[in-house]
Amino acid sequence: MNVQLNGANHVLSDDASVADAVSALTTAERGVAVALNGEVVPRAKWRSTRLSEGDWVEVLSAKQGG
Amino acid sequence: MTPHKDIDPADPFRLGGIELGSRLILGTGGASSHLALERAIRASGTELVTVALRRVDPDAPGSLLDVIDRCGVRLLPNTAGCFTAAEAVKTAHLAREAFETDWVKLEVIGDQDTLLPDPVELIAAAEQLVNDGFTVLPYTTDDPILACRLADVGCAAVMPLGSPIGSGMGIRNPYNIRLIREKVGVPVILDAGIGTASDAALAMELGCDAVLIASAVTRAEHPERMATAMRHAVQAGRLAYRAGRIPRRLYAEASSPFEGMAEL
Repeated sequence: MNVQLNGANHVLSDDASVADAVSALTTAERGVAVALNGEVVPRAKWRSTRLSEGDWVEVLSAKQGG
Repeated sequence: MTPHKDIDPADPFRLGGIELGSRLILGTGGASSHLALERAIRASGTELVTVALRRVDPDAPGSLLDVIDRCGVRLLPNTAGCFTAAEAVKTAHLAREAFETDWVKLEVIGDQDTLLPDPVELIAAAEQLVNDGFTVLPYTTDDPILACRLADVGCAAVMPLGSPIGSGMGIRNPYNIRLIREKVGVPVILDAGIGTASDAALAMELGCDAVLIASAVTRAEHPERMATAMRHAVQAGRLAYRAGRIPRRLYAEASSPFEGMAEL
């Protein structure tokens, strides 16, 4: 299926979860947060939250900032 | 972390229920590299540094969190770049997920050119985040009434600007900063506008409890040296505030006595 990962189109398997989307972008094991279609997904629910065609996923981490 | 290294034990600095060992909070934005940032953090003596939340960059060299851990300082996520209360609230919740802290430097910007806070959205976001259990440190204008309203809704501090973010224009309205200090019961942290050490010292002399500095350090020609300068300035300014300065006079007041002068 096609999903938008951080603004770019990605093709993931049809049973992909939020955890799979995160793995596609980073191997970091901490300091990462996810929004699925604009809503926060707690880390504890990354594996159990399935993605759907056209979903919009933001994967975020710390960046230098005032 | 060495506790209270830059703090007089008789004058502790409590923020959000914890004691910090420095009245200088360092913003990490603008550093040229992680190494330069690490040196500046260490030189500043800070125990609290801000970070932004942005899309992961798979090509980013090293981890900012590793730098922060190595320095043994706390992390304060910000909501920089948010224009609405809804965006800022969501960003704070994401930051809580990412960094396992309920502290947030709340920024809700009203205008891209000035980066001045939007007071209406700011109050709405602050109220929501306090209700959601966050320790809210709002970046605000130097309006004393707005500062009071932010304290009233439960913010753990208020962080008025001296002048626009990154402008280095210092404290444009010291009178308002002093009024804020007198009117609110929570800590006052001068945030934004500091250009050099004398600006930080002035903030402290006006009674601010702390200062938050980013660009003035990270974008200085020698960030580590400027971080050291700021560290001294904050301590000197705080001491001067507590020491009680002499009043300003229009005319001179001799320090040497006239009594006993020779007739020549």
